[in-house]
Amino acid sequence: MRLAMRELIRRPARFVSAAGPLTLLVLLMLFLGWLLDGLFLGSTGAIRAHGADGFVFSADARESLLRSSVDEGDLNAIAAVDGVESVSGIGVSLLGAEVPGEDDVANVVVAGYQLAGGVLPEPPAPGTAWADRQFNALGAGIGDVVLVGPAATPIEIVGWVDDTNYLLLNTLWVDPETWREIQNANRPDAIVAPGEFQVAAVTTVDGIDEAAVRSAIDATLGTETLTEQEAVLAIPGVPEQNATIGAVIYATAVVVALVVGLFFALITLERTGIYALLKAIGVHNRSLAVGLVTQALLVALVAFIAGGAFGLFLGSVMPAEVPLELSVGRAVFVLIAVAVAAVAGSLASLRRIVRIDPASAIGAGV
Amino acid sequence: MPALEFHEVNKTYRTGGTDIVALDHANLTVDDDEIVALLGPSGSGKTTLLSIAGGLLTPTNGAVHVGGNDITSYSAKELTQFRARSVGFVFQTVNLVPFLTARENLLVVARITGLPSKTAARRADTLLKELGLDHRAQNLPTQLSGGERQRVAIGRALMNEPELVLFDEPTSALDTSLGEQVMELIRKEVKGRETASVIVTHDTRMTAHADRTIHIVDGRLDAGAAQPA
Repeated sequence: MRLAMRELIRRPARFVSAAGPLTLLVLLMLFLGWLLDGLFLGSTGAIRAHGADGFVFSADARESLLRSSVDEGDLNAIAAVDGVESVSGIGVSLLGAEVPGEDDVANVVVAGYQLAGGVLPEPPAPGTAWADRQFNALGAGIGDVVLVGPAATPIEIVGWVDDTNYLLLNTLWVDPETWREIQNANRPDAIVAPGEFQVAAVTTVDGIDEAAVRSAIDATLGTETLTEQEAVLAIPGVPEQNATIGAVIYATAVVVALVVGLFFALITLERTGIYALLKAIGVHNRSLAVGLVTQALLVALVAFIAGGAFGLFLGSVMPAEVPLELSVGRAVFVLIAVAVAAVAGSLASLRRIVRIDPASAIGAGV
Repeated sequence: MPALEFHEVNKTYRTGGTDIVALDHANLTVDDDEIVALLGPSGSGKTTLLSIAGGLLTPTNGAVHVGGNDITSYSAKELTQFRARSVGFVFQTVNLVPFLTARENLLVVARITGLPSKTAARRADTLLKELGLDHRAQNLPTQLSGGERQRVAIGRALMNEPELVLFDEPTSALDTSLGEQVMELIRKEVKGRETASVIVTHDTRMTAHADRTIHIVDGRLDAGAAQPA
């Protein structure tokens, strides 16, 4: 391993041809990962915001929030199921809005809810809203009034909540009556009745079998109750977006392994004489392999640091509209993926090392 | 006990469906502190003999003892350990690790054998001084002359205090004067340590530095090769 380190220190230039492309690949993986995280969080915040153990959809909704409908009777029946601690009706409306600081009409979500939970405080007073902090990035402030929908229904922003957006649209959280008024004033094609919501967020009693509670709700009401994860993945486009960008990230990791593999295959070929010499004077194959893997890991680490620094810089100059989530978790994932790919790529040269005949150092053998 | 013994050693290579005999019933004995020059033309089997003695090649049949141990029964792993602990090599082309300094090239051997670092450093420094290279210890091989590189290689071969040192044409890349100096140095270092050595050469002028000269032609050694001096 010391030999490998010495070579890296004394001959850094020869590793640039591997570290350069790897840096760009790391940058690509990080950027795509951060973009994927940003898209995912921006699309699913409205579901995750409640901290619920289940979401009850009407049977004919086919897991669609907008197609689903539950009424007051359903909410009462759900609350009566054993193991249910609380039930909060939720309704969402997708509308255009005039947002202070924005010239164009912005697409927003107005979401009505009944109970505090997760990141959401108690519903605000009628005609006011907790706004997702992304509104703040657009220039809106506390006390500003957003005019929602064709009816230009005014909603005053009275506070901020974080990570609550839906389908990448900024969300205004209002009390149920305000939501129904806005929905009925601006969407005459989809009138909601008093007491009606789209879905119900359910929390269960601590320590109880949540799956059993969800099954009991569906057995009682003929509904479809999803876990938070299932409800998130039922949001249109989220699974496709995860699969598509995830595939690009994994494909990039394979390219990393190929780049490392090719580089170390060439370097092993170039080092045949040195390896033969080292084997001749008693160095084991295992030590040579450890040295090679060490070099691959260090090159990958340098590429990760350089790519990460470049990625952070790019992330800092990106417009607010680009949904980047610069998460440490994603960086750790990319580091592990690059390290695994580097090890796999370098091990491809192991067979070649084992086959180097130490007698070739002295010019003997055939 | 002799440092090296060959008993009826044969080595046959098979290439293109033809058997090529590189060593033919070779019998050889080298005493503990004896320097043997092995003289022969190209393709006579010198390097094959050296490689078998150093555990780089295994014979087709016959027995090879180094320090009383039959190395023909060793596994590949045991041979690697044998090369690390019991043999020193000086190759024809000066094979130094290019990104290590002269001192580090010596210390590589110590690390392989697990020699304590302080002992290794002391031994490397002593060897470099003996070889007249103490002022070049921190130089990379590219910063050394041909003679200096060969002296580093000699130091490396002696670093693990081997029972046997094998030299493959150690002066072939040097001019006559430098070759003489290197041969004198080899004799001084090897004799000073009472280490056996075999020096392969085709230069008859260099045989004067050996205790005994053995000829090899077509894989056959002189009839008296098995009798130590």
